[in-house]
Amino acid sequence: MSQFILHKENTRGHADHGWLNAHHSFSFANYYNPERMHFGVLRVLNDDLIDGGMGFGTHPHDNMEIITIPLAGAIAHKDSMGNSAVIKSGEIQVMSAGTGVSHSEFNALADKQLNLLQIWLFPNKKNVTPRYDQQSLDVEAMHNNFQQILSPSADDAGVWIQQDAWFSLGKFDEGFETEYKIKKAGNGVYAFVISGEVTINGQTLSKRDGLGIWDTDSISFKANTADAEVLLMDVPMELN
Amino acid sequence: MQTTILYIGRDTEITTVMNRLLNARPEWKGICVCNDEEAIAICQQQKIDLVLLGNGINHEEEVQLKGKILALMPNVKIIQHYGGGSGLLYGEIMMALD
Repeated sequence: MSQFILHKENTRGHADHGWLNAHHSFSFANYYNPERMHFGVLRVLNDDLIDGGMGFGTHPHDNMEIITIPLAGAIAHKDSMGNSAVIKSGEIQVMSAGTGVSHSEFNALADKQLNLLQIWLFPNKKNVTPRYDQQSLDVEAMHNNFQQILSPSADDAGVWIQQDAWFSLGKFDEGFETEYKIKKAGNGVYAFVISGEVTINGQTLSKRDGLGIWDTDSISFKANTADAEVLLMDVPMELN
Repeated sequence: MQTTILYIGRDTEITTVMNRLLNARPEWKGICVCNDEEAIAICQQQKIDLVLLGNGINHEEEVQLKGKILALMPNVKIIQHYGGGSGLLYGEIMMALD
């Protein structure tokens, strides 16, 4: 029997710093909710709005898989591994922090707000060599399809991370129905609605709602509106 | 009453950040070191409420550290700190102290 947990958009943590308007699906920074610590190895799902030219100065990370998906605008990234890049909407960035890395992240545009999802997963191996990658997403392949954008393997579609996790992103026409098969036994799926309204395993979800499902090998999906866009995060439920 | 938190890591930059973050809150007293012998010496000298294990500590070192610390303070909580002085710190500590 599958189990689920529903996180409605308006129950997320919220922090308004002026230049940064952040919503946290799980406990982060000063938002602490013991009921919202993680979904399996998924520890952070931040939905950040960052004013033009603003951002996070150089700061360190370790032992975390950090995935950034700009939804609107572009982010300028610099890190201690020598990477300097701009990641735009339609791209994905991944950083394995491992033994330690410092980076800065700023809105690359002075006159346009940046909206990004930043997602942190516990790694399945500690103290790996830090690594950076970014890729363009195949937007056409996402039409009425959960297109894989992240996996544990460098030889598979999308970026890869140090964890048995798979992310898929899709944009759907109204009425489109499909089934998603979980990639690995023991994994659960956290679905995050970027836009539109959808029904997953009988639960109706609106923009920015999250639904975690586990103890199952597949989930049913239906798009209820024409602009439905959903990110699926297929992650181990057991912490390593 | 202050909660005394000992952070043990390997990266000096992260350790500096951890020291700043932990001591920024009046309810916490942070002691941050990169050296295991120094960490054990601190545990011998004062009561610690929570130990955070940071990056770069390998499995063997972790086992030894836990063994030595728990021999001195059997009731102290020892947890892994992930992220390196990041947004997870407050939640990790609150969860451990709850």
